[in-house]
Amino acid sequence: MNAKRNVYLAPYLAWMALFIVIPIALIVYDSFFDLDGGFTFGNYEKFLTPIYLKMTVSSIWYAFLITLFSLLVAYPAAYALTRMKHKQLWLLLLILPSWVNLLLKVYAFLGIFGTYGFVNGALEALGIGRQQILFTDFSFVFVSVYIFIPFMILPVYNALEDLNPSLVFAARDLGASGWTTFRKVVFPLTLDGVKAGCQAVFIPALSLFMITRLVAGNRVITLGTAIEQHFLVTQDWGMGAAIAVFLIIAMVVIMLLTGSGQARRVR
Amino acid sequence: MSASRRLQSAYLIVVFAVLYAPIAYMVFYSFNSGGTMHGFEGFTLEYYGEVFQDARLLIIVLNTVVVALLSSTISTILGVVGALAIMRARTRRSRNALLSMNNVLIVSPDVIIGASLLVMFTMAGIRLGFTSVLLSHIAFSVPIVVLMVLPKLQEMSPTLIDAARDLGATGWQVLSRVVVPFIKPGIFAGFFMALTYSLDDFAVTFFVTGNGFSTLSVEIYSRARQGVSLSINALSALIFLFTLLIVLGYYVLNRRSAKRLGTGVPR
Repeated sequence: MNAKRNVYLAPYLAWMALFIVIPIALIVYDSFFDLDGGFTFGNYEKFLTPIYLKMTVSSIWYAFLITLFSLLVAYPAAYALTRMKHKQLWLLLLILPSWVNLLLKVYAFLGIFGTYGFVNGALEALGIGRQQILFTDFSFVFVSVYIFIPFMILPVYNALEDLNPSLVFAARDLGASGWTTFRKVVFPLTLDGVKAGCQAVFIPALSLFMITRLVAGNRVITLGTAIEQHFLVTQDWGMGAAIAVFLIIAMVVIMLLTGSGQARRVR
Repeated sequence: MSASRRLQSAYLIVVFAVLYAPIAYMVFYSFNSGGTMHGFEGFTLEYYGEVFQDARLLIIVLNTVVVALLSSTISTILGVVGALAIMRARTRRSRNALLSMNNVLIVSPDVIIGASLLVMFTMAGIRLGFTSVLLSHIAFSVPIVVLMVLPKLQEMSPTLIDAARDLGATGWQVLSRVVVPFIKPGIFAGFFMALTYSLDDFAVTFFVTGNGFSTLSVEIYSRARQGVSLSINALSALIFLFTLLIVLGYYVLNRRSAKRLGTGVPR
């Protein structure tokens, strides 16, 4: 364009320095200090003890499960969405609940899954009897998947919409079965959407903390819960910061693995 | 073909039923005179009355709205500046660097944003409360606005600017008479996005809010932990209605610009 000086750069860079670079630098800095303000590597040593490693592994495991189930539910839904007549309306209906306050939806699940809630009522009517649903792994994964579903459906849907239908017809014409067509043509071509969706679900799932509190009743401790606990309850900022540094590293790794598809797909 | 199509519709309907179940459940029981989220006894508007008599709650609603409006206005301005800065970047490399910096905040888990901003505010001596919450909301909203405005800027033909310059427009006139009107739909989309993100945010606010200041999400969280009160249900129903109105407004504006835009990225 023109060789004029970029006058917008200075304020924007200032903003980024203030709200991205400095806070992250401070987190890294803080992670090297113990409770009394002395310099230490102790927080990282503590992070490598079995207690924290077990927590990290279980946190990653739950995030993996949540991502997997979200994908399993979302892919067919996105596929069905592309075949619908009133796509715009369906999309609107899909996005709408994601704009209802997260807390409110989680709160509703407390009622639905509660001892006298809707699900237990149904189970009793079926003769199975009341079960403890709240505060189990099941309720945690279910509610998390519920929360993340729209964020998985949207990128997959966009990828499916971009798919040229003649490719599918060609595969069918050449004798591929429906399943083969899906496996060899449709899925590989929508992989970018799947990656973007997985990234959009996995990273937040690693750091959930409010759902674990309310729905899983502290049974499930994720990295997010641990960070929140250290910062706001025990006030051990150094340890919290060390876990946060690990989470940041994990985030970068995932972004590299999924090719930061989201970054390029400006939606 | 029609059998599989029916199957697809059935599947979608199930997914959407689950998606809306908690919201419907919550709204339904807000009218329960029994006072619990199970065993519907009779219709009452008592809890809606309670909401409007609860001065503390109303102040919190006001806080939330003020923070949302202020933060989205400021972040819209900053976001437009940021998008212009990215567009004006001379080399492709610096443009990409700026973009990925922008995306850091978008993919960062809320816990990280919250914790790092908490560290920064504490160090800078900013008292936790209205200011810290407002600044944090601006921090996570700016990248969203940038992402919404940028595609519009990229769409704009550079010849428009050249023409304006040839005809003697000053830099400011080019911006206010040519660029801004062209990217207006993106600006509005960014503003609404920032607004909904701010209204919806829990995790970041939870970290940086002090004792004296609270937003709705934080308040609902603490009330839900204390136990079930149907005034929350009533409030939720009211907020849902309000959200519907915002979404409708957003879509009307969106429709007018007749451009496809997805939602943002999850938190």
